Formats: sequence, C-alpha cells, structure tokens
Amino acid sequence: MHIVVCMKQVPDSAQIRVHPVTNTIMRQGVPTIINPFDLFALEEALRWRDRLGGEVTAVTMGPPPAEEALRKAMPFGADRAVLLSARAFAGSDTLAPSYALSETLRRIGREFGDPQLVFTGKQTIDGDTAQVGPGIARRLGLNQLTYVSRIAELDPAGGRIVVERRAEGGVQVLRTALPALITMLEGTNEIRRGSLDDAYRAALAPVIVWNASDAGISDLTLCGLRGSPTIVKKVFAPEIRAAKARLIPVAERGAAQIAEDALDAVFSLQPGVEAALLRPAQGTQQGT
Amino acid sequence: MIGQTFDAIVVGAGPSGNAAAYVMAKEGLKVLQLERGEYPGSKNVQGAILYADALRQIIPDFHEDAPLERHVIEQRLWTMDDRSHVGMHYRSDDFNEERPNRYTIIRAEFDKWFSRKVRAAGVTLLCETTVTDLLRDADGRVTGVRTDRGGGTAFADVVILAEGVNGLVGRRAGLRGDPAPEQVALAVKEMHFLPRDIIENRFNLRGGEGVVIEAMGTITAGMTGTGFLYTNQESLSIGIGCLVSDFADSPMTPYGLLEAFKNHPSIRPLLAQSECKEYAAHLIPEGGYRAIPELVGDGWIVVGDAGQFVNAVHREGSNLAMTTGRLAAETVVALKRRGDKATAFHLADYKRRLEETFVMKDLRKYKGIPSFLHGNKQIFGLYPRLFSAAAQTWLRVDGTDKRTKEKEILASFRKGRTLPGLIGDAVKLARAWR
Repeated sequence: MHIVVCMKQVPDSAQIRVHPVTNTIMRQGVPTIINPFDLFALEEALRWRDRLGGEVTAVTMGPPPAEEALRKAMPFGADRAVLLSARAFAGSDTLAPSYALSETLRRIGREFGDPQLVFTGKQTIDGDTAQVGPGIARRLGLNQLTYVSRIAELDPAGGRIVVERRAEGGVQVLRTALPALITMLEGTNEIRRGSLDDAYRAALAPVIVWNASDAGISDLTLCGLRGSPTIVKKVFAPEIRAAKARLIPVAERGAAQIAEDALDAVFSLQPGVEAALLRPAQGTQQGT
Repeated sequence: MIGQTFDAIVVGAGPSGNAAAYVMAKEGLKVLQLERGEYPGSKNVQGAILYADALRQIIPDFHEDAPLERHVIEQRLWTMDDRSHVGMHYRSDDFNEERPNRYTIIRAEFDKWFSRKVRAAGVTLLCETTVTDLLRDADGRVTGVRTDRGGGTAFADVVILAEGVNGLVGRRAGLRGDPAPEQVALAVKEMHFLPRDIIENRFNLRGGEGVVIEAMGTITAGMTGTGFLYTNQESLSIGIGCLVSDFADSPMTPYGLLEAFKNHPSIRPLLAQSECKEYAAHLIPEGGYRAIPELVGDGWIVVGDAGQFVNAVHREGSNLAMTTGRLAAETVVALKRRGDKATAFHLADYKRRLEETFVMKDLRKYKGIPSFLHGNKQIFGLYPRLFSAAAQTWLRVDGTDKRTKEKEILASFRKGRTLPGLIGDAVKLARAWR
C-alpha cells in the first residue's frame, strides 16, 4: 500500500515574535520545525505501512530550505521524500497549495503508484486554517476524514477504512471507501525514534525536488500569489491579557514576612479582594 | 545494525570530529559520523575565536564561504578590580591581511558550514544518534559502536572519539576516568545583539574588523578563571568561566558572576543598548598536559576536548581540536595505505605526530600552569587590586611628588603580599611558564 504524508515546515511558534510596527511575523533567525500535527500523521502512516507493508512518501511544498523538514522526516522511516519548490508558489494562501499539492500527488501516483491513503496533520501551527487537507481531498476526489483520532480498521484489499473522528459532543465512527484523505488529530500517537538503519538510509537517500513542470502543474495562474484569492485587510496584535509577574524578594526573610509581602502585592493589585476576605472574618468576630 | 563495516566511525561533529572525518573522507575512506545533537553545532558552545591556521591546513580556501564574523585586529588584556581595569592593548593594521589570522565566529553557524563540507567530502552523518558504548571483540579490540537507536550497532576498523569534554563514551568504556573538578572550567556566555554601526563606532572598527577582550581579576570573585568579550558582526559575545572545583567552594553562581561582569563599570558601557538573544553554558577542559588521558588503544583514538586538548593560558581550544582531529585522520589514512591494523601499537604514531606540533609543545610548556593558578588565588584578587591602585596612585595628580608615589606603590605591594611572597609568586610563575 502506498501512503503519502503531506507536511509543512513551519517556524517554531514558541520562538517567533511579531514585528512591533507592521504586526507581521518575524521569521528571520527563527528555527524551523516540522508542523507538529504532521508528525502524528507521519507516525500513523508509518505504523500502517509497518503492519500492512508498502511505502510511505513524505511530500512538502516550500522554499528550498523546506528540504530540511523532509531530511528530518526521513530518519523516522519514510521511504522517500518529495519537495515541491518554485518561485511561482510564493505568496500562497490555502487554495493555491491545495491545487499545487493535488497535482503533485497525481504525479507521485503516476511515478510511484497511486496512494490509497493521504495523511496530513489536522492543521498547521502557523496558519491554523485546516483547509489545505480538505482542499486536496476535494480536488482529487478522495473521501475526506478530518480530525481523526484513531484508525479502527484498514483493509486495502477490500478498499475499506473505519475511523474514529472527534466531533462536538462525542466521537463519530465513520466508514468509507479508499482512497481517502485523513487529517490526523494531535495526541493520537507518538512519533517514533527511527532505527539506526532508518537514519542511515535517510542520510544516503536523496530528497526528490520538483518544480512546477516536474510536478505536472499546468496552470500557474492557480499557484502562488496569483492563485490566492485571500486578501489580508488588516493585521493587528491581540491585547496582552496577563499582567506582568511581580517578583517578591525572599532572601533573608522569614516565611511569615514572605507571606505578608505576597498578600500585600495581591491586595495592592486587587483592592477588592482584601475587603472581600475581611468581611466574613469580621462577621465571625461579631457573632462570638 | 548497519550492514557494512566502515573504515572509521567518528563520534561527534564538533571541530575535532569534523576535521578528522573530513580528512579521512577526502582520502577516500568510508566514514560514518555520529552526532547526538539535532544538528552539528546544536550542542556546541565556544566564545568563539577561530584560529585560522589550523582550519587552513584542512580546508585552505575556507574563508571563501565559511560564516566568519570579524577578523581580529585588536586584542585587549585586562586585569580588573571592582571599579577599574589595567589594560594591555595590541592593535595592528598588519592584522588587516589577505588571510587573517583570527576570526570571531558563531559556532552554531560555523559548525553547520563545517559539517556541510564534511558531508560533501563523502562522510555519512547521522544526527540525533547517541553513541552509548564501544563494541569489542574477544581480545578487547574496539570494533564499532552501539547507539541509542533501535538495532543500533555499526562496525568500523577504528573509532575516533571526538566526543567533547564530557567524554561519556570513553568514560563508560573505561578508557579514562572522570575529569577532576579542578581540571574542568564551567563557562557561561551570552550573545547580545547590537547593530553593526554601533559596534563599529564603539570599538573603533571598520568593515570586518574585530576586537577581543580577555579579562581576569576580581570579576571571578577569587576563583581561577577569566572573562571575555568578543565582537561579532551584529552581536557581542560575553562570558566568564571558572574552575568547577572553585564554584563548588564558592557561594557565587556562574550566572551571578556573569551578571556582575556585565555590570562592571568597564564593561557596562560596551553593552549599552544591546539585547541579550541567547545564553549558553559549557565545560572547558583546562587540566592541561597532566590531564591528558591515554589517547590510543586497539581500535580507538581520542581527539579534541575529550583528550583535554585546550591551552587555557592562551584561550586556544578549537585549533587544537582541529589539529588533533587532522593528525588522527592522517594516522588512520597512513595505516590504511600500509595495510596495517588499527592496533594501539600502530595508532601510537598519532602521539608521535602530536609531539612534533604546537599542540604537545605548548601543552608541555604550560604543564605547571594549571596547578599554579589553582594554588595561587592571589593572582585573581590581590594582584589586580594592587595593579589598579598602583596605576591610580601614579596617574592621579595631587601635589604628591613622584618619588613618594613610587614608595607608596612599592609599600602597597610589600604590605599586600610581603617581599618573600612577591618573590615566591614570581619564581613559581616563571617556573610554570618556562
């Protein structure tokens, strides 16, 4: 069985900062990682390959440095890696990549066998749209299973799959026919540590790099900025909700003094709290 | 298990491991390199100064594409008391040469570049792969390594241990003991971002020129150690380090020392307006010649920090690492050519090669220095104070005649250290330096 995993290289969101004037994300010098949700997709694909045999192809679209994401994916045990990279793809929103990737998947199918399953993470951590996976499914006519928490049954010969899907208020058990596209929920598995053999094979294996024409993409007006109807009207930074932490010195102070200082700090910020706490205490006193 | 035997396995992708792997691969050997970090350089910390000569012997045209920050044209050596510093500066336009002698670098970037060269030379590098142990045959000969990955063994004719200061593999395999606390320094450093033009104005630099400040004195709170400040293109590296044994006996913390150093009146203005971007800490082997462990055995050879190859007096380490890596590689290549096995007997050729270079000559020259510095803490407290007071007495114009000032200065030294003490320190230092 051939399984394709679509993944994305994203800036490590724990380390990005927002430009104070333009409110755009400052990507320079920020380390990149594989979109964490995609690792659940990759692990699920590897598990089913290990169980049923076949191959896993990891594919990503991005600028040339995105090869690094594939280089990181290979030692987990992916059999091959395809990078789709061309200037024409720059400035994509979510519609354009779904076109470019679906065409790439067609080409991958012609080259390495049609995939029976396509995996993605439930969404990326930089865009958070969860639109590209379903977009690919729609364009390729794959049955789409989003927010999947577990694959209960997979029968490639019978062309059947049963999954559990997280939905509002419960879990749906869905059955459909292959080929299908699955967007995988977080926390559904744990990415493995590839064996030494996997790591060695990955170090020697090339990453296949395709441009638009290599991937069989005919209509460049559907790619990149031109193929992206989304218009950013305004970018703004959210209000910072939490106040800054205040440090209370503890050196050479007894526990009672530290407690006193802590209470003073709380009361000075929230004058109402002190009054509220004192009220019942006084009430008790009056009662006795 | 990787189903083939390599000519060599290199444990570690720092300067020594990269040098060794590169030289062997260039000579056609099949080399597997294992690095525990996510990428080469991710675990590595250094000030950092690159001494060009050692790298030039391996990659002659490295300056064409290596990520270099600034070439050093000025060196400042400071002894500091709490409010002052007495400095010796050397700046020369001669250092603005076609092939500069020293550069400041940022190791994370530099190591990535070096590793690209190593892989381009044909080395197979596996990251996030920790070597846990050495494999041996019935005769005790090392035949390969065990890793923390599944099915994780790999075999080779020789294992080059370029595993860094902690040297866990060699220690676990019983090749050497744990380093003593007085043989290892703990250094902390910060990277402070500062716009290029501010750095160049502040340090009197043009273009790619750079300044290095090395400092000792009361900044280490009586401990054996030094501080430094290096200029990069758009950042300053500032750090301080002391012997681990001294930290163990001191109430001072490493970060406390660094904070105090950063706030010293001689340093603070240099850091003004800068923003701390990252901080790091690392151990430095500073035991010198006497701390060097056994360097070769049947099927194994030790290079870089794992072999204690650091000249603490001159703040040199990465050049010794690269040189030892290169010499180990040349030894292995020569054995291979001759068809000799990598036995302790044949690998001992590495030690002979080391003796002929600055590596062993310098380390032997300074073999008495570590114990001298460890046992003579007045070097780091009393003397910097005396120098500073002397300079101030001498320079302050206050109606006192110069002869009286001279007498005051001499008296302060005698009072501070006594005449026999002064003579004793001079003799001990001279002996250690010889």
